[in-house]
Amino acid sequence: MSPSEAIDGQGAVRSRPTIGLALLGSELSVLFRRRRTWAMLLALAAVPVLIAVAVRLSSSGPTPGRGPAFLDQITQNGLFVSAVGLIVSIPLFLPLTIGVVAGDTIAGEANVSTLRYLLVAPAGRVRLLVVKYLATAAFCLAATLAVTIAGALIGVALFPVAPVTLLSGDTIGVADSVIRSLLIAAYITVSLLGLSAIGVFISTMTDVPVGAMATTIVLSVVSQILDSLPQLDWLHPWLFSHYWLGFADLLRQPISWDSFGQNAVLQGGYFVVFAALAYGRFSTKDILS
Amino acid sequence: MTGSAASDGLAIETSGLTKRFGSYTAVDSIDLRVPRGSVFGFLGPNGSGKTTTIRMLLGLAAASSGAATVLGGAMPTDLHRVLPRVGALVEGPGFYPFLSGYSNLDRLDTADRYAPSSTRRRRVQSALERVGLSHASGKKVRAYSLGMKQRLGIANALLTPRELLILDEPTNGLDPQGTREVRNLVRSLAAEGTTIFVSSHLLAEIEQICTHAAVMSAGRLVAQGTLAELRGVGRPHVLLRTPDRDAAAGVLARLGMGVDASDAAGGSDRGVLVAALSDAAPDRVVAALVAAGVRVEGFAVERQSLEERFVALTGEGFDVAQ
Repeated sequence: MSPSEAIDGQGAVRSRPTIGLALLGSELSVLFRRRRTWAMLLALAAVPVLIAVAVRLSSSGPTPGRGPAFLDQITQNGLFVSAVGLIVSIPLFLPLTIGVVAGDTIAGEANVSTLRYLLVAPAGRVRLLVVKYLATAAFCLAATLAVTIAGALIGVALFPVAPVTLLSGDTIGVADSVIRSLLIAAYITVSLLGLSAIGVFISTMTDVPVGAMATTIVLSVVSQILDSLPQLDWLHPWLFSHYWLGFADLLRQPISWDSFGQNAVLQGGYFVVFAALAYGRFSTKDILS
Repeated sequence: MTGSAASDGLAIETSGLTKRFGSYTAVDSIDLRVPRGSVFGFLGPNGSGKTTTIRMLLGLAAASSGAATVLGGAMPTDLHRVLPRVGALVEGPGFYPFLSGYSNLDRLDTADRYAPSSTRRRRVQSALERVGLSHASGKKVRAYSLGMKQRLGIANALLTPRELLILDEPTNGLDPQGTREVRNLVRSLAAEGTTIFVSSHLLAEIEQICTHAAVMSAGRLVAQGTLAELRGVGRPHVLLRTPDRDAAAGVLARLGMGVDASDAAGGSDRGVLVAALSDAAPDRVVAALVAAGVRVEGFAVERQSLEERFVALTGEGFDVAQ
């Protein structure tokens, strides 16, 4: 317990506040240093790897028209592995991991009692919400890229690489097809932003992260089930999962941006609504955890 | 210390501060006055509303009614201006078990927009040093003992220079050695001019370091002042053993000393009279009794200890206040 050198050194306090990017950096580093995050990214990366290995090992090869879209294409062109991996991951695996990350944002901090210390620091409630949402969005991108990159690598390793024939019948080179893959990854990342906002909102309502995670994941499944019922046609354009598999337009020449735009507007709408709800809930909540 | 705010010299001031949870009133219209530069003991049994009060002072919970002013700023309105100058340990430490002690403090420091990143490493290290955790700074908090987590919690409150420290049960989970270190730390911080608001349900733990204290019981503030004032409120009593009960009571009443008529005062022993000592000197009391023909078999003056006073105010035993 030496005297005061601990606290009265030079430069120990700023006279003006920073905009607080340090907290975002810290949030990202905590998120991406967690073993859980890496376990989820590795599990996602395993999806295209499993598909590619299974197809490579089977003697007959996939029958056209059975299994996920493009599955029959990958024996001819390894570049399709990424697309197949994403199509397989979209309904459950991606929402599952997003649900875990988004559901954990506030409830997870409350659960280990760090929430009150962040707020007393003071992090600022709105700033904390913004940082948590941005980190979740960064995870959406990382999750999508994990599938895309793992798929591309295993595809190139196990199958021939050839120019890609698009849905419009045009053929594009390998470099162009890489760009298309990244566009698809961007599309899917945007697709998940609405769900992320829902998850962060739910996370503000509880101190039990598992509850928030499960609720978020269940909602993504419910949305997809509703989307599959023809009796609810009128509802479909409003469901956040409605455009999840609608990235085929990016595989035409020239690229049609319609579905990208519609998807972005829909996700933006969900973001606005649930960000407002999260703000309303969190900005005045008594932190008793 | 900037000393810019609170010209009235109070670090914390509340008026009618109240918190209700449904029909249950956790904190009932308390008026706290914590002078700057004091070491203020906030006493009360478990469940008496201490932590809820602290949550309101820190803007974690909103008051149902009443107002709180901390370092001259209204809470929670001026929270962003006030809290960077306040270090706090609230209801036990809270850390990420998967991060090291160092990384945890680094993380919490980034949340404070007034804490410069250029000195972060040095400030985190010296805070760890100050609570004696340097050797364990790289260890994951999961592997920390309760006492080590408690120390880390105190280190977090010391990351930047603070004008006010709010420490809620800082000695929880610490061994006697650790308790003494915390006392020494509080003393040295107080010597630097930091106001320290420390809560405890154990009077003995903080009696030695406090200059002021307040006592909570069942959500109400039942006493507050300097330690000397609190001791003084428990006026000295005389215990008189005599067979002439009625005559003695008459003499004492004439001297302005109220006789405590309750059975509890004298226990079951009807031969003992208890009365508050007035300005009259004890020897004059005895002389007056003898002059009136009262047979004095025993006479004693007792001053309540602070502990007895504390127990008298809050009740004794394990009954958690409802």
